[in-house]
Amino acid sequence: MNKIALKVDDRDNVATIFAEGVADGTQVEIRDKKGQREVVTVKGAVPYGHKIAVRDIQPGEHIMKYGESIGGASCPIVKGEYVHIHNMKALRGRGDL
Amino acid sequence: MGYTFQGYQRPDGKFGARNLVAVIPSVICANDVAQAICRQVQGTICYTHHQGCCQLPSDLKRVTEVLLDLGLSPNVGAALIVSLGCEGTDHQRIYEEIRASGKPVEIIHIQELGGTSRAIQAGIDAAQALAIQISGQQRVTADISHLTMAIKCGGSDTTSGMASNCVIGYVADKLVDLGATVVFGETTEFLGGEHILARRAVGGEDGPVGRKIYEIVDRMEKRAKAVGEDMRGGQPTPGNIAGGLSSIEEKSLGAIVKSGHRPIQGVLEYTERVTDQKGLWIKDAPGREPEILTGMAATGAQVMMFSTGRGAPQGFSSMPVIKICGNPITYERMQHDMDLNAGRIITGEKSIEEVGEEAFAMLLEVLSGRMTKNEALSYFGSIDIFCLGPVI
Repeated sequence: MNKIALKVDDRDNVATIFAEGVADGTQVEIRDKKGQREVVTVKGAVPYGHKIAVRDIQPGEHIMKYGESIGGASCPIVKGEYVHIHNMKALRGRGDL
Repeated sequence: MGYTFQGYQRPDGKFGARNLVAVIPSVICANDVAQAICRQVQGTICYTHHQGCCQLPSDLKRVTEVLLDLGLSPNVGAALIVSLGCEGTDHQRIYEEIRASGKPVEIIHIQELGGTSRAIQAGIDAAQALAIQISGQQRVTADISHLTMAIKCGGSDTTSGMASNCVIGYVADKLVDLGATVVFGETTEFLGGEHILARRAVGGEDGPVGRKIYEIVDRMEKRAKAVGEDMRGGQPTPGNIAGGLSSIEEKSLGAIVKSGHRPIQGVLEYTERVTDQKGLWIKDAPGREPEILTGMAATGAQVMMFSTGRGAPQGFSSMPVIKICGNPITYERMQHDMDLNAGRIITGEKSIEEVGEEAFAMLLEVLSGRMTKNEALSYFGSIDIFCLGPVI
């Protein structure tokens, strides 16, 4: 069985992997709510429940999940790459923005 | 089809899911006596908190009102107030107002009785009499519209927003449609999702309820900034981050899923009780367990549905807490703490509706007396009251 990543909303540029043992080069299947499937190669070791980019993302671009912004990209992110606090930042609750 | 549960009818017309004697220390300094009484007398629970003296007047009023609300909760059949005698809370008001509600209530004062051992003896005698007095009360059939359910998520990971919170949202919608009351809080976890909630407010985003939602989020954000720090490092928590949540916005957007889809009727302050409000309400309370569980029990909620991914085990002594676990791996590991496995949604075995119906059926059973996992383990010793000012 393929390792699965779930994309919640059409506007999302990340999907959440619900599989263990995903390492650099692992192929995962991104599924959306319409049943569309796309196999991508993961860049980075991604723990269970963590996210990957479903397309290339430019620095400063919003990271989108649930069809809403969950922060901004702090560096260029390529399709399939692990997305977490090392390459995205919260835009709320900071005090400096 | 009408849904019912078996509850204890109270003089104010509400129905309790439990029939407990609440031992209420009016101040932190009365905790040890209250705990000693509670250890001895069956059917009692103790609210061991850390407030009640050397606080600003507004906070002392807050503590007084929360302790009073807890005594008035439908799950409490009788109350014993344990006062030291020199505290800042209005222990006499707590006593008088519980008494006025028609419930059996007693008060003891440690200093007046001559100290710890005498107060423990007097307290045991009083609590024993109260426990016997209420023990014969029978459960009667109550319509589900008499329910106030609190909802919360804690120890969240990315499964929470995609499984367990969806299940709670399903149950919340169903309860609202059946004429019951649902209350959610965790104002911190509106950050980044407040526009979605405000649009669901009765009267719209620009109406009084919509504006109030923005106002409580702003108030909470300012409180964090006032101490010269920002929330990062505190929210999301280290556990949330390890679970894949990268920002407060991501945590919030997953958290608000548990409120379902119905209109938001209004915002309750932390000390406010549900009297005749129906539908979906917000309570302005922080996300941390001891403070929000206390706040929700004080609301008068007979039960709480609690979503988790990482595995938050704690409950509340006078409010059964049903744990819905979104993460299938956590559920396997912590089955003795988790009541329902919503991880089957993540694995594709079940739909949100299917697990939602299981959760609803379990809710009715718990309301009628079935113990939750944390209740059976008495995992509810740490409570606290959310105060705003300094200890002085």
